[in-house]
Amino acid sequence: VLDAETGPERVGRNLNRALHRLLDEDPRLHVLGEDIVDPYGGAFGVTQGLSTRYPDRVRPTPLSEGAIVGVAAGMALAGDRVIVEIMFGDFAALAFDQLVNFASKSVSMYGRRVPVPLLVRCPTGGRRGYGPTHSQSLQKHFLGVPNLAIHELSPYHDCHDVLRAALDRAEPAMIFEDKLLYTRPMYVEGVVDDLFRYDFPVPGVARSFVDGGGDGSMDGGDPECVVIAPGGMAHRALAAARSMLLEDEITCHVLVPSQLYPFDVAPLVPRLRSARTICVAEDGTPGGSWGSEVATRIHEHLPGMPVRLVAAEDAVVPTAAHLERHVLVDESTIVEALR
Amino acid sequence: LLLIRRFEETLLRLFDEGLLQGTTHTCLGQEYIPVALRTLLRPEDFVFSGHRGHGHYLARFEDPESLLAEIMGREGAVCGGVGGSQHILRDRYLSTGVQGESLPVAVGAGLTLKRTDPGAVCCVYIGDGSWGEGAVYEALNMACLWDVPLVVVVEHNGIAQSTPTHVQMAGSVEGRAAAFGADHHRVTTVDINRVRAELAPLFSLVRRTARPLVVEFATRRLGPHSRGDDTRPAEELERLRERDWATLYTEAFPDLFARADESARRTVGEVVAWVRAARPSTGEEPREAVC
Repeated sequence: VLDAETGPERVGRNLNRALHRLLDEDPRLHVLGEDIVDPYGGAFGVTQGLSTRYPDRVRPTPLSEGAIVGVAAGMALAGDRVIVEIMFGDFAALAFDQLVNFASKSVSMYGRRVPVPLLVRCPTGGRRGYGPTHSQSLQKHFLGVPNLAIHELSPYHDCHDVLRAALDRAEPAMIFEDKLLYTRPMYVEGVVDDLFRYDFPVPGVARSFVDGGGDGSMDGGDPECVVIAPGGMAHRALAAARSMLLEDEITCHVLVPSQLYPFDVAPLVPRLRSARTICVAEDGTPGGSWGSEVATRIHEHLPGMPVRLVAAEDAVVPTAAHLERHVLVDESTIVEALR
Repeated sequence: LLLIRRFEETLLRLFDEGLLQGTTHTCLGQEYIPVALRTLLRPEDFVFSGHRGHGHYLARFEDPESLLAEIMGREGAVCGGVGGSQHILRDRYLSTGVQGESLPVAVGAGLTLKRTDPGAVCCVYIGDGSWGEGAVYEALNMACLWDVPLVVVVEHNGIAQSTPTHVQMAGSVEGRAAAFGADHHRVTTVDINRVRAELAPLFSLVRRTARPLVVEFATRRLGPHSRGDDTRPAEELERLRERDWATLYTEAFPDLFARADESARRTVGEVVAWVRAARPSTGEEPREAVC
């Protein structure tokens, strides 16, 4: 992931650099996880170099996700700040008790606000052939927990800003990191590609649109369609928006929030009003999902607005590539939802 | 000691009178354990407790008003009435309601403590039933691996809610501690001075070496698990009461015991009157409060 690179910075590198900078900025910050020390540097290489530069604050752990998060919560309560890497997001299920029943509850169950600066990183998602227990997107299972914020890695949002803000809020947070995103370039200076530009019309929410003037002078106007998607879905959402424009001449904006929950749609409502269709796309299984949560919130403001939900099939994620493809979301699923 | 006994008895009575709601878990019979450990613990030490924690709290703070107010949801409650009987945080005392959950947390706090307050320990109270939870073993492994100054106090009362130990535990606490290389010491006496004498050098060793210690108290729960849910036969309870510390202390020090008991009853009576008269707690506004 982090080999010498030329060209734009990769998302994985941006995340690695963010971890280095955070450890440098804050002597109380610690990183815990399985196989995170050099020379291995984490199953996806995201923690490379950290243990060499900060050997006292980067701790390799046994295979004990529940206790890792519990230990991190204990350190946070005692005055430290902690980032935990869960090797595969699927294993966050093993830390569910510590996250839901302890860390996030501790913020408010003692009758006063107790700071718990704890961030749990979860490499997530499929399309790499890792099979049913190493490819899931479990975000929805962690929604709606008081004091637990859910983020997703994105090519638009600088990782240092996102991680730093999550720790500074001093409440437990999780960041789900699409594994394919690590090797994709970060978007910088408002440019996505030859067609799309982006801005942040609302803090924390990136909007991609076609620059009609070609020089950044036009903001894309009122779109006919809007796709709302987490960072891991951004490329497929953009591909769908491109296809809508080039094949159907339909303008489509892509909104990518950094924080999935809590998620306030109110500031986005003016940007959604003109749409004839909104699509909320995500990688998890359908039902009781982030998408249905967002759709419900949109309908509170825009009753009657068609909101289409796109999610993976209600199935396990198969290992074989041709089978996995049938289960997971691709750009054509989003295009179909918008048409 | 007697304050805890009378406090717990009063709680059960208040429940019967319909003045308390929800649930509570009294430590009747086990009061001497936190009282014995009181002089072995220092203010900079962390204490972690669980569902059966009133004695642990009272031995550390001697502040029954704040605890009863917490349990009854009245003004003056230590956690605004949000936490209740099982979820209390005060200074370096923390309790929470899921079995085994506090052990990894204590290991984390211990790692920080080792750096910020060398020589301080994390003391975690658990029961025999807690050993069914995987979190206990994950935490013991880490504590021994990383030299965390951890003291696990096992109040082995032989019964997990309604399930006797022999129905829920294979092997022994000692064997399990040994598997991780943790020191283990079994306390069978209820004599507080003897408990302290046995444990003082062991606590010192933990402070000096950060080598985890498991202290197993062979103790007895005289009351129900929560309330009105004791299915043990009367003869068995009678047998347990014969070896209760209160019985033994009454025989050994009749006058002293009677005077102390009178004082404890008076204190608890005053506390109940005070808390009953207090207004409902507000629960505060956790999100707006500044940490």
